[in-house]
Order: sequence, then structure tokens, then C-alpha cells
Amino acid sequence: MKSHSTVMLRRNFKHIARNPTTVLNAVLLPVLLLWMFVYVLGDAFNVGVDYVDYATPGLILLAVCYGLSATAVSVNSDMTKGIINRFKVMDVPRSAMLTGHVIASVLTNLLAIGAIIGVAFALGFSPSASFLDWLGVIGIVVLLGFAAGWLTVALGLAAKSPETAGLAAVPLVLLPFFSSAIVPADKMGSGVRQFAEYQPFTPIIETLRGLLTGAPAGHNALAAIAWCVGIALVGYLWARSTFNKRA
Amino acid sequence: MTGRISIVGRMNSSAIAVSGLRKAFGNKIVLNGIDLDVPTGTIFSLLGPNGAGKTTTVNVLTTLMKADGGTVRVAGHDVVTEAKAVRAAIGVTGQFAAVDELLTGQENLQLMVDLSPVPAKEGKRTITELLERFDLVESAQKLVSTYSGGMRRKLDLAMTLVGNPRIIFLDEPTTGLDPRSRRTMWSIIRELVADGVTIFLTTQQLDEADQLADRIAVLDQGRLVAQGTPDELKRQIPGTHVRLRFTTAAELDAAAQILTGGTRDNEALTLQVPSDGGTKSLRAVLDRLDEYSLRADELTVHTPDLDDVFLALTGHDTEVAAK
Repeated sequence: MKSHSTVMLRRNFKHIARNPTTVLNAVLLPVLLLWMFVYVLGDAFNVGVDYVDYATPGLILLAVCYGLSATAVSVNSDMTKGIINRFKVMDVPRSAMLTGHVIASVLTNLLAIGAIIGVAFALGFSPSASFLDWLGVIGIVVLLGFAAGWLTVALGLAAKSPETAGLAAVPLVLLPFFSSAIVPADKMGSGVRQFAEYQPFTPIIETLRGLLTGAPAGHNALAAIAWCVGIALVGYLWARSTFNKRA
Repeated sequence: MTGRISIVGRMNSSAIAVSGLRKAFGNKIVLNGIDLDVPTGTIFSLLGPNGAGKTTTVNVLTTLMKADGGTVRVAGHDVVTEAKAVRAAIGVTGQFAAVDELLTGQENLQLMVDLSPVPAKEGKRTITELLERFDLVESAQKLVSTYSGGMRRKLDLAMTLVGNPRIIFLDEPTTGLDPRSRRTMWSIIRELVADGVTIFLTTQQLDEADQLADRIAVLDQGRLVAQGTPDELKRQIPGTHVRLRFTTAAELDAAAQILTGGTRDNEALTLQVPSDGGTKSLRAVLDRLDEYSLRADELTVHTPDLDDVFLALTGHDTEVAAK
């Protein structure tokens, strides 16, 4: 008997390989957005630095969010089609079933982020990050991936159908637009500005920006880590209780 | 109403023993004191309409859901305190084919082998055997998303059989299947029982329960309203009959006199005559009408279904029960 986690993870990988359109969406859409914002609209934004340098950290975050709806849908279809029940009756541990989805989600994120950074370089991205800074970027991104992944797994488990699961992830996709991802928060209208300043994605983006381009990051790094850990915890606990309740 | 008392001291002969099972979701009582006993090696069928509580019963019996009250023992183990032991003994095929569409048929079975305690070598043999037995060899390497509904159900059941479970729960195994796939499923179920497996089956179809089950329990709004062998149950409901509709009351009167044992409905101008629905008994009815130069506007053959069972046992039809 192989380890249940390995078996589950391999299943998730097979899904990704067999259904490449979802991954393609998760990779292509953010890249397209990056190209649109930087190449098409970029000259119109005045953010004080080269726009590609400003936007890339924001689009890294967007790339994480775009991958989520696929995760929510795949978790939900496991639930609604009775596959999770089948595994439950076989005594497959909960951790193995759900962690497989989270890890697959994080890896999709990393793929999309890799593509974003590659295209950003092609568009003239010139980060000042040292090797250690890059490690920090990877650390934050993976942490965010896990946090968003757990929250999405919970959303997927709680949704009634795969369609609603896909919709449930939409706010997560829109949230980056109301942060400092595309333009600085202080350029936004009143109300939206305050929201953008205090929502979790802004400190995460500012941390990435600080690491990549040397922009002043202030206390953002701590706030970013705290938000990620908080979201991960809420997502994990929510996923666990929904998983136990629903049959 | 038949309340069955499980026989104390003979637990080994009971594959499933349930007493006083209760379950509510919020204010809605779904199961309201269920008692049943399934002897090892038999087919037990839980018959009821949508919303009667069939799936909830299966979920509780298979450790997926906790009951609010009562005791459930499956394979001699308590479903709450000995869930692991219960899971090791059972196999479950849910209402929807729980197959992985992005894997091939073979990979689905391999997944079950990998997750069960079956050794790899034996697992390979099991997979080959199951593919042959369920006539899935040709499609084994194809993605399940290309399978028909019948093939998915077969694969679903094959997956359930991987660990060689001794008690199998089938929740509406033939819902949505065409008649041919349905018959195939029935013969597979019969083969399983021939091997000594115990089957707990839920269905909405009277004929399915009649065809397969040793005992049937009728579930209505969370209560068992009847329990017994198919024959015992059928004795309580009107049998197959033909229904003749006439144009005038005079014709109905005449027909009622020559076809004895019929039930008449003066408003609808119909006469219901007991019949097995076969050509021979139909011809007898027609000949008799001809003899007296009577003609009916319409003739329909009616075989009892779940609605008849409900009307006879509860006084209301399945629509009410679903509420």
C-alpha cells in the first residue's frame, strides 16, 4: 500500500495534465493582463517608476488568484460527485484528500508566476532584487498560495455545485483590482482607497514590490505574513469542519 | 405495520442491525425511529420516493453521517465507536457514479487498489478480473468522460468491489439507466449475493425491489410503514389489472355484469378487472366483451408501482411523501 497522500497528489497531477485548459487559463489570463496593462495602457499610468516594475508584483498576486477558481471547481466536483464519500468510506485520511488539492493549486500558481515573471522580463522588467530577496519573494508567494489554496478548498467544499464553486472564487479574482496591484491606492477614489489600503492583498503586494524593486516596504512584510497565516488558518478550519459535516 | 425485533444472541447472522435510528436536519426530521435487520447473504431493499430518507439512511449506515439517536451495527460493529472496522467490511456505491472522469477505467480501479490494503500484485489481478467481469476490457484505457451512463455505473460498482467487501450498499443503483443496462446491473447484483455478499439496496422502483430483494422495507417520511418479503408486500396492494373505459353508463352496467370481480367507477365510466397483463388473460377479457357485443373505448394495462404501494400503505401518494 502506497502512502495515501502520494496517491492523492498523483491523482491531482493527472487531472492537471489531462485538463490543460484550466491551467492554461490560470497561466495565460494573467500574462495577457500583464501585457495589456504594461504594453497597451502602461504609458497612461504615472506611478513614479517604470510601470512594468510597478505592475509585475501586483500581477504576481493576480496570477495566484486566477488559479483558484479551477481549484474550487475540482474540489467541489469531488464532493458533489460522491468521490470524497467514496474515499471517506475507504478510510483515506482527510489530510491526504484535501492537501492534494492545495499542493496542486500552489504548483499551478508557481507555473503562472513563472510565466508572469518571464513575460515581465521581456517587457523590460528590471528588478533590483538580490538572491535573498528572490528567496523572500518565493517564500511569500508560496505562503500566499497555501493560504488562498486552503480558503479555496473550503469554498469548494461548501458550494452546492461546481458552477457556484467557480463563482465563489470570483471575489478572490477581483480583489487584487481593489488593491495597490495595478495603481497605487492613494490614486483611488475615497472609500475604495481606504478599502484598498487595508485589504490583505495590499501589504502582500507592497512586500513583493519592496523585495523586487527596493520600494519602501515598511511594516508590510509582517502584515503580509500575518494575513497569509490568518487566511490559511481560517481556510483550513473552515475546510475541515465542512468536510466533516457534509456527506 | 410490522415491527421486527432483532434476535438477541444471534448477532453473527445479522449483517446489518438498526434500532431506533433517528436523524434530523435542523427542524426537519428525516429519520424517525427506524428498526431493521438484514441477515447475512441476503438482499434487503429500502423502497421509497425522493425525499423519504433513503440516502440519509445509507449515509448513517456507512459511517458518513452521525445519527441523532438509535444504534446501528454493521458487520457486528457499531458505526460510531467502531467506524474503522465497519469501513473495512463495507463497500458503497452512491446515487451518482463516483468515478473520476479524468482518469481511464483502469486508472480508476488502480486508484482504488492504491488506496486499499490490497497488495500491488494481487491488485493487478483484481483489476483484470473486474474489467472482464463488468465487460469493460475494451474501454479500460479510455477516459471515463467518454463512458456511457451504464458503463459509469458498472465501473462505479467495480471500484466498490476492489477491497472485496462483504456488505455492499447500493443507493439507487439503476436510476437513470436504460432498460438493458438495468438488467445487466440486476444480474451483477444477483451474482454478488450468490458469492455470499450481503446487499443493502435503495430504490424508487417497486419492480426492482420485487426482482432482487429477499426483504423489502417501505420508507415514508422517515418511518418504515411496511416490511416483509416481496410477496407479503404485494398482497397488501392492488395487483395488475386492466382498465376499460366505456362511452355510456348502460355499457358499463352490462360489462360489470359479465366481467365479475371488477371494480367500477361510475363517474369515469371505467371498469377495473384483475388480470396478469399477459396476452392470454387479455384475450379472455376481449372475447367475453365480444360475446356480448360490447366495445370499450379504451383499454389500458396497469401494473402496480410505487404510487400504488404508497396509496395502499399510507393513504397518500408519493408526492405527499416527498414534501
